[in-house]
Amino acid sequence: MSAFSLASNTSIRQVMLKVSLALLPALLAYTWLFGWGVVINVMLASVTALVCEALILRLRARPFATPFGDGSAVLTALLLCMALPPLLPWWVVVVGTAFAIVLGKQIYGGLGFNPFNPAMVGYVVLLISFPREMSQWLAPGGIGADGLNLMQSLSYVFAGQLPELAATVNSGATPQVAAAVGIDAYTMATPLDTLKIGLGLGEEIGEIMSWPMFGYLGGSGWEIINGLILLGGLWMLVARLITWHAPVAMLGSLFAIATVFHLIDPQAYASPLFHLVTGGAILGAFFIATDPVSGATSLRGQLIFGAGVGLLTYVIRAWGGYPDGVAFSILLMNMAAPTIDYYTRPRVFGHKGS
Amino acid sequence: MNQSTPPRLKRFPGGLLLTGYKALSTSRPVRQAALPKRLYLPLQQHIGAPATPVVQVGDRVLKGDLLASPDGFVSAPIHASTSGMVIAIEEHPVPHPSGLKALCIVLESDGEDRWRERHPHPDFDTLDPSELRNIIRDAGIVGLGGAGFPAFIKLNPGARTSIDTLILNGAECEPFISCDDMLMRERADEVVLGARIMRHALHAKHCLIGIEDNKPEAIAAMRAALQRLNQPEMEVIAIPTRYPTGGEKQLIHVLTGKEIPSQGLPIDIGVVCHNVATAASVYRAVEKDEPLISRIVTISGHAAAQAQNLEVLIGTPINEVLAEAGGDNGQPHRLLLGGPMMGFELKQRELPLTKTANCLLLATAQDAPHAPALSECIRCGQCAQVCPMRLLPQQLYWHARAKDFDKIQDYDLFDCIECGCCSHVCPAQLPLVSFYRFAKTHIWAQEREKQLADQARERHEFRLFRQEREKAEKAERHKAKAAVAKGGDDDAKKAAIKAAMDRAKAKKTAASEATDAASAEASTDDAHKESS
Repeated sequence: MSAFSLASNTSIRQVMLKVSLALLPALLAYTWLFGWGVVINVMLASVTALVCEALILRLRARPFATPFGDGSAVLTALLLCMALPPLLPWWVVVVGTAFAIVLGKQIYGGLGFNPFNPAMVGYVVLLISFPREMSQWLAPGGIGADGLNLMQSLSYVFAGQLPELAATVNSGATPQVAAAVGIDAYTMATPLDTLKIGLGLGEEIGEIMSWPMFGYLGGSGWEIINGLILLGGLWMLVARLITWHAPVAMLGSLFAIATVFHLIDPQAYASPLFHLVTGGAILGAFFIATDPVSGATSLRGQLIFGAGVGLLTYVIRAWGGYPDGVAFSILLMNMAAPTIDYYTRPRVFGHKGS
Repeated sequence: MNQSTPPRLKRFPGGLLLTGYKALSTSRPVRQAALPKRLYLPLQQHIGAPATPVVQVGDRVLKGDLLASPDGFVSAPIHASTSGMVIAIEEHPVPHPSGLKALCIVLESDGEDRWRERHPHPDFDTLDPSELRNIIRDAGIVGLGGAGFPAFIKLNPGARTSIDTLILNGAECEPFISCDDMLMRERADEVVLGARIMRHALHAKHCLIGIEDNKPEAIAAMRAALQRLNQPEMEVIAIPTRYPTGGEKQLIHVLTGKEIPSQGLPIDIGVVCHNVATAASVYRAVEKDEPLISRIVTISGHAAAQAQNLEVLIGTPINEVLAEAGGDNGQPHRLLLGGPMMGFELKQRELPLTKTANCLLLATAQDAPHAPALSECIRCGQCAQVCPMRLLPQQLYWHARAKDFDKIQDYDLFDCIECGCCSHVCPAQLPLVSFYRFAKTHIWAQEREKQLADQARERHEFRLFRQEREKAEKAERHKAKAAVAKGGDDDAKKAAIKAAMDRAKAKKTAASEATDAASAEASTDDAHKESS
């Protein structure tokens, strides 16, 4: 129960700003670990989001200032960037963001009417359409380390090649080969991807986890980012921007089912903690499954919604074709949200049992 | 027990902790406002049918004289608030969200404020409950908490129900309003004596007086009065301050743990609830023979020069009441009738103060935010978390906007008490309650139309049936005539007479059915108004 002064309406703009703020530490850590590509992604996505928002509002002849300034488009861009690999050709980011804003949100009538979480729509479209680009992750090194510098990143994002390789191109190799050869020196797979590939090769979990890319709980580097996302999420809980129901239900169900299978066969199924701290689990739990527009409304509904996301995530991770399943799970549960809401209506005061 | 909350108190769902700003208007004692020159007395200041004037322009009246008598059961009379002359019975703007005019009796004061002859009943316990109810009805007493439902109806338990608990509502949960607080502080005896009369009329076993714990002075004064007047069956209960704990359903739930069934009345669970100010006016009506001609009204808000409570004659123009309280302090403001949560804005000030007016709020932008909707609903669900009726305001809003009036009733629109908690927390600043009122009004209109259409269809069908019958009868008569002409006998004549009598009978039944239908319609209308 919170105390409201008489003029305490937090506006939607403030909500969006606060959620973006909660995401900021993780975004900074992501940048620190993975380099300039993240910054470029954020810039590209934010600008694309605002341009698309403005364009569609104009086309729909809608009042402009308020929806444009509510901050939701930029938040969508930031969330999408948290899920995107740190180094992508510019057009991939632009296509994904445009898809998120135009077909994920505005086409349904704008903020408040979208049945799916826009950032997840954009992400899944990219994942399905550009699997090669989307699985190309850098090693988490740190900006100062042996990663790409700003010029190299810019060159790769916009020209599709690293500057020092221009010479190779001139010497006769095709640009694609040159680019691929150049960037390969810097890329590596994500922990979940590695796990999947390792398991596919017949390795045992204990063996895979001893590979250098894994840290104490999940992927090294990733642990820091996920820790900061968790911190932001907890702050949102304290600030009453979200309720605990969806995140707890999602992480709880993911943890529970992962525990069951890990106990059955620890060498074929990763530990429950590993599942929590890798991939998009924490981001999805605190920042996506809590999206009020596309999620369930009633508190009981949010519990069901979250539990469904956790369950589907595990199913996709363990037995599906993709290394991570958070985005798909959330979209699937988005579809189920209206039905969940219908069956979880609270008992109205003065009515007999629900 | 003191100020602590008894453990048996229940908590209602949702609700808001609001800053009360009560101290603004409680530092000055209640003062009698000056006698106005002219009073405008609307014929409708209550739920139910407007009163019918029994005076004519030019009549001289004394203070307390009957000016208009109730029209039907659910109605209330209007009395002269002071002595003077009726100078007009005409349309005059009245305080209503629509800003419409309504019929008012205009009374010019003669400045003497002379009472009519009064016949007090100091020993009310010798009176029969029905006699008491008649006195209370004739005194024009309506619910002073805001609803304005004729009080005598809620003092009639009927033959089938026994009343377990009479609850006096002294919660006064809306910010700024302090008229009940001041009444309880200064006239606790009147409230308690009024409650005694109500208990007698209802044969109620217990009486609980619920007061929010942000009014310690009122609680102390009421407890002292109970002791002074030796009322062991009555109890003052300090209830946690939480809006809207003064809502009838919420207060009853807090005090008794019982829920009023949806579409039901407190009496269904053996409870009757009256406002403390209503109790005080019942006391005055019975033991002093004073009809309801004045009330305490709060003038407050951060734009008020001297926030305070005034005892004002019913019918006094609001601008004069405000002037009496020193007007505004120069800050930009809006004038609200009622509190910041459930009150509505008055666009003009030459309006009469009516029986149900509890507060004139000179509200700054901080006191009662009045911003246009910022954006669309993002289904954040904060409204559902604060809804004391456990409704889903966001779904109601959705269906109201889509004008899906069937769906919105599936989501129990008519359980909404319009407390405004949902609009208050809405981050999009949507005027949610306005949407619900719009939907309710629309549904009532639809139902009325449907009833009219049904009646018209029935009339039309009956007409067709009658035409058919008349044609058949005509043919019959022709045949009979022909038979008589042919040298008819007594049998044919008898048959003709019998047929005529049957026709008359059928007509009679049809007529009585029609009146039944009409009265059924009237009663559903009343039901609507009550639930509004």
